[in-house]
Amino acid sequence: MKPAPFEYTAPDTLGEAVQCLVDGAGEAKILAGGQSLVPVLNMRLARPEQLIDLRRIPELDSIREEDGRIHIGAMTTKRTIERSPLVAERQPLLLEATRNIAHPQIRNRGTIGGSLAHADPAAEYPAAAVALDAEMRAVGPAGERTLAASEFFLTYLTTALQPEEILVEVSFPVHPSGHGWAFEEISRRHGDFAMTGTAVTCALKNGSYSQVRIVLFGVAPTPVRPLEIETRLVGQAPSKELHAEVAAALGNELDEPLSDTHASADYRRQLASVVCQRALDAAAARAA
Amino acid sequence: MAGPISKHPIQLKINGRTYSGEAEPRTSLADFLRDELNLTGTHLGCEHGVCGICTILVDGSAVRSCLLLAVQADGAEILTVEGLGSPDGKLHPIQEAFAEEHGLQCGFCTPGFLMAIYELLESNSSPSEQEIRDVLGGQLCRCTGYQGILRAVQSAAAKLGATREA
Repeated sequence: MKPAPFEYTAPDTLGEAVQCLVDGAGEAKILAGGQSLVPVLNMRLARPEQLIDLRRIPELDSIREEDGRIHIGAMTTKRTIERSPLVAERQPLLLEATRNIAHPQIRNRGTIGGSLAHADPAAEYPAAAVALDAEMRAVGPAGERTLAASEFFLTYLTTALQPEEILVEVSFPVHPSGHGWAFEEISRRHGDFAMTGTAVTCALKNGSYSQVRIVLFGVAPTPVRPLEIETRLVGQAPSKELHAEVAAALGNELDEPLSDTHASADYRRQLASVVCQRALDAAAARAA
Repeated sequence: MAGPISKHPIQLKINGRTYSGEAEPRTSLADFLRDELNLTGTHLGCEHGVCGICTILVDGSAVRSCLLLAVQADGAEILTVEGLGSPDGKLHPIQEAFAEEHGLQCGFCTPGFLMAIYELLESNSSPSEQEIRDVLGGQLCRCTGYQGILRAVQSAAAKLGATREA
């Protein structure tokens, strides 16, 4: 359980870090908190020639509110996010997603940028990002660009980031007052990777859903939205019966859920129904 | 890969004392502590972040030392299990509580538990049972059983509270 040899550099500026990636010509990897990358190195599932550690670039560790959005630097740890009064007050779904990630001992090191760029299908932040219309700011040799969460996650462990781009910041809209939200997941033990989970947001108008978004994770290579279920809910008044009905339909409509040693496809269908119903009940109860 | 990998100088403040050494980039902080500095109180279990046995404090935060490269920790302040008790052999209140409440049996996972609990009780002098369980959930023990460990944390919190008030 020792990694293959690699070189290491910890540049002081973002420009230098991008240059290191360019010079690495595809054989260099960005190191953030290391809570996903280092296990992969230890098991020799990856053998990069060089690691570029972002720890010395101070502007990547920040949380601030600007223009109606919460901007979080890529190197901000999950523990910092969990303890941020700004996040707790202005983006409660993000806080709840954070609390579901692993254990405090992992959240102390794991970063939001690392989690998003790693794009594990069972991870919480990618689902939260899609549910909340997060925007990812990336910097590369050609300059800077912003990517929508909906186009960021391509497949297993693969994002729309180019090989020479670095994710530097993610922003989430401030939670609109009166909207409902919920985050639910089921794992074998608290802190384990979720077998299936969901992030839900909703808004009500005259007692009926005016908008609903359901994002499932752990069931497909990327976070997925069951659009037909969302559409079916709009215009209807939330109730336990309605939620049970659509949750049952959701399980059946899922297109070939993941199947692995943690959970079979059929079990994931059932879990998706369960978390969907719980999350819709909770989100509707929070909506005004 | 072209040429041999160069070693990097590492300086750490561990348990109040300054240590210097050299490490290849791929050396974990856990291996550096054990093999280079001979601080073998930190144990290694799974070496991929699951078991928590190698937990130590880095700049005040409990982290897995198997998932942290020694080069990443250069300049950090570290507390390991060797720094918990007094040099005269007197146990830290958390260690005392473990002994009294059957918080350990074989003892292999104990250093990691002690350090994770140390961080918890530093930031929260009277944690709820749920808060304690959240931290213990990140540490694997395969022989003692968690009930004794839970009681040990509650007892340690009370001991430390009494010390702070005195």
